[in-house]
Amino acid sequence: MWHNIWIIASKPDNIPIVGMLVLVLFFGFLSFWLAFKNDRIRRAAAVRPKPESGKAKRDAVDVIDIMYPESEQGLPKKVSCWPHLVKLEFICAIAVMALLMFWSIPIDAPLEEPSDPTLTPNPSKAPWYFLGLQDMLVYFDPWIAGVLLPTFIIVGLMVIPYIDVNPKGNGYYTFAERPFAILTYWFGFFVLWVLEIVIGTFCRGPGWMFFWPGQEWDPHRVVAEVNINWNEFLANITGVTTLKTETAGLLLGIITILTYFGLGMLIPYLWLKKRSAPIIDQLGLIRYSVVGFFFWTMMALSIKIVLRLAFSIKYILVTPWFNI
Amino acid sequence: MLTEQKEKIKDIVTKSQVYKSIFRRGFGDTPRNRALAILGNVFLHLHPPYVMRHALKFTHSWCMGGITFLLFIVLCFTGVFLCFYYHPDKINAYRDMKYFEYDVPFGVVLRNMHRWAAHLMVITVWLHMTRVFMTGAYKPPREFNWAVGVILLVLTLLLSFTGYLLPDDQLGFWAVTVGTNMARATPLLGHEGPFGEQLGATAYNDIRFALLGGSVVGGNALLRAYVWHCVAMPVTAIIFLAVHFWRTRKDGGTAGPL
Ligand code: HEM
Repeated sequence: MWHNIWIIASKPDNIPIVGMLVLVLFFGFLSFWLAFKNDRIRRAAAVRPKPESGKAKRDAVDVIDIMYPESEQGLPKKVSCWPHLVKLEFICAIAVMALLMFWSIPIDAPLEEPSDPTLTPNPSKAPWYFLGLQDMLVYFDPWIAGVLLPTFIIVGLMVIPYIDVNPKGNGYYTFAERPFAILTYWFGFFVLWVLEIVIGTFCRGPGWMFFWPGQEWDPHRVVAEVNINWNEFLANITGVTTLKTETAGLLLGIITILTYFGLGMLIPYLWLKKRSAPIIDQLGLIRYSVVGFFFWTMMALSIKIVLRLAFSIKYILVTPWFNI
Repeated sequence: MLTEQKEKIKDIVTKSQVYKSIFRRGFGDTPRNRALAILGNVFLHLHPPYVMRHALKFTHSWCMGGITFLLFIVLCFTGVFLCFYYHPDKINAYRDMKYFEYDVPFGVVLRNMHRWAAHLMVITVWLHMTRVFMTGAYKPPREFNWAVGVILLVLTLLLSFTGYLLPDDQLGFWAVTVGTNMARATPLLGHEGPFGEQLGATAYNDIRFALLGGSVVGGNALLRAYVWHCVAMPVTAIIFLAVHFWRTRKDGGTAGPL
C-alpha cells in the first residue's frame, strides 16, 4: 500500500502537489498560530491595568502593542528601507535561488512520450492546479465546473474587499475579530481547492474512479452506480410517481433552488435582526445579497457532493437546455 | 605606502566624471544617503525610503509577494534562454526537448529550473494571497490592489497552463486537451454549452476553436500557446505587476496596525 502511494507521490509532476500541501499546511498553521497568539495577548492586555492612566480596565488596546516584544516597543516605528528591508530581500532571494538550483539539478522536469492524439491516457488529467475543477466534473456538467465556477471564483475573490465591511483586523493577524471571514476563506481555499487537488491527484484513477490512497488502480473495477435526479429521488421516497415527469422535475428543480437561496438569505437575516446585530445595517441590501449569493453557492458545491455520494443524486434541475 | 595608493585610486575613481554620473551619493551612513540609495535607483525605488518596522518581520509578510516576484524574474530569464532553442511547431517542439536533454549546454538544468520555478510560483501566489487575507491587508484602502492581485493570480495560472502544452508530450497534450474541452461547454459561446447550439455554435466556430486555432489541439494550438506564453501574457503580467507595486506603495506600504 505504501508502495502505491510512493509511486504516485514521487512522479515528477506530482512533486509540486506534495510540496504545496506541506507549504500550505505550514503557513496555514503559522497564520492561525499568530492569530491566536495576538488574540491571547489582547485579551490579557484588556484587563491589565494601563500603567500611566491607572485605569483598571481598558477595552481598546493599541494593536501596535501586540506587534512588538517589550524590548522593541520604544524604538521608532519607521526604519529606513536601505539597508533594513533591502538586506532581508537579498537574503531571502539567495535562499530561494539556492533552493531552486539545488532542486533543479537532481530532479528532472517531467517529459513523457511525444504527444499522440490517438493514445488517450486513462485517466487524462488537467494540470494539477486545475484538478479541483476537473474533479467538480463528477458532480456538475462541464459548463458549470469548467466555466461558471472559475468565473465565480475570480469574481468572488475580487469582491471580498468590497463586501467585508468589518474594519477590524486590518494589518495584523487575528481570529477573534473576524471568525466568519477566516473560516469561509479556509473552507473555500483549503477544503474545496487544495483538498480537491489532493483527491484529484491521489484518489482519481482510471475512468476517474475513486481509489483510496494505496489501493490498486484497477481499470476493470466495476462501480455499480445508478444515478437518479432530484425529482426521481423525491418520487421514490414519497411514493408520488407524478413527480417523475419532466415538467415536475423542472418545477421541482426551480423551486428547490429558489428555496435554497431564499432560505439561505432569509434565515441569517432574521437571526441577525433578532439579535439586532449592527452588521445588517453596515452591509446594506446589495452587499448582503452578494455575500449570501457567493457563500451559498460555495456551500452548494459541498452539499451537491454529499448528495451525490450519499444518495447518488445527479441533477437538481433538469431542463431541455441545461442541467444543474 | 600601499594603503596610500589604494586611497588615491579610490579617489580617482569616485571623483571621476563617469563614476559621479552613475552613482550620485556618498558612502557615509547618513539618513540622507540611506534615502538616496532607494530614491536614486529605478529598481529599488519600488520601495518607499522608510518602512514600518513590522513589515520587516518574516512572520508578518512571509516575504511571499517578493518571492513570487523573484520567481517571475527567474522565469523570464530562463524562458528567454529556452526560447533560443525552441521551435513552436509539431515537428520540432518535442525534439527540442530532447535536444535540451542531450545537447544544449546546461539544457537540463535550464528546463528544470523553468519548470520548477513555474510550479513554485503557482504555490507562492496562493500563499501570498493567504497571507494578505489573514492579515486583512485587503481592507481599505487596499481593495483595488487586491483585485489587481486576483488578476495576477489568474495570469499566473494561465501562464503556467499555456506553458504546459509547449513540450508537446503526452502530459501537456492531454492536460491541455482536458482543459480546453471545458471551453466547449461555455454557455452561449461553446457548441456544447447551454444555448450554444441554438445560437449556431459548432466545433468550427466556437470559443474553443478560437483558443486552439482549430478544432483539435494541433500545430495551430501550439503556436497560439507559444505566443500567449512567451509574449502576450508576460507583457500583460508585467503591466499588472507595475500597477500592483505602485498601488502597494501608494496605499501606504505593507498594511500594519496603526
Ligand atoms: C504575480 C503575482 C503577485 C506578485 C508578484 C505580488 C507581489 C507583491 C508584493 C511584492 C507585495 C509587497 C508586500 C508583500 O511582499 O507581501 C504585494 C502586496 C500585496 N499583494 Fe501581491 N503579488 C501577487 C499576487 C497577488 C494576489 C494573487 C493578491 C490577492 C488576491 C495580491 C494582493 C496583494 C495586496 C492586497 C498587497 C498589499 C499588502 C499589504 O499592504 O500588506 N497580490 N504583492
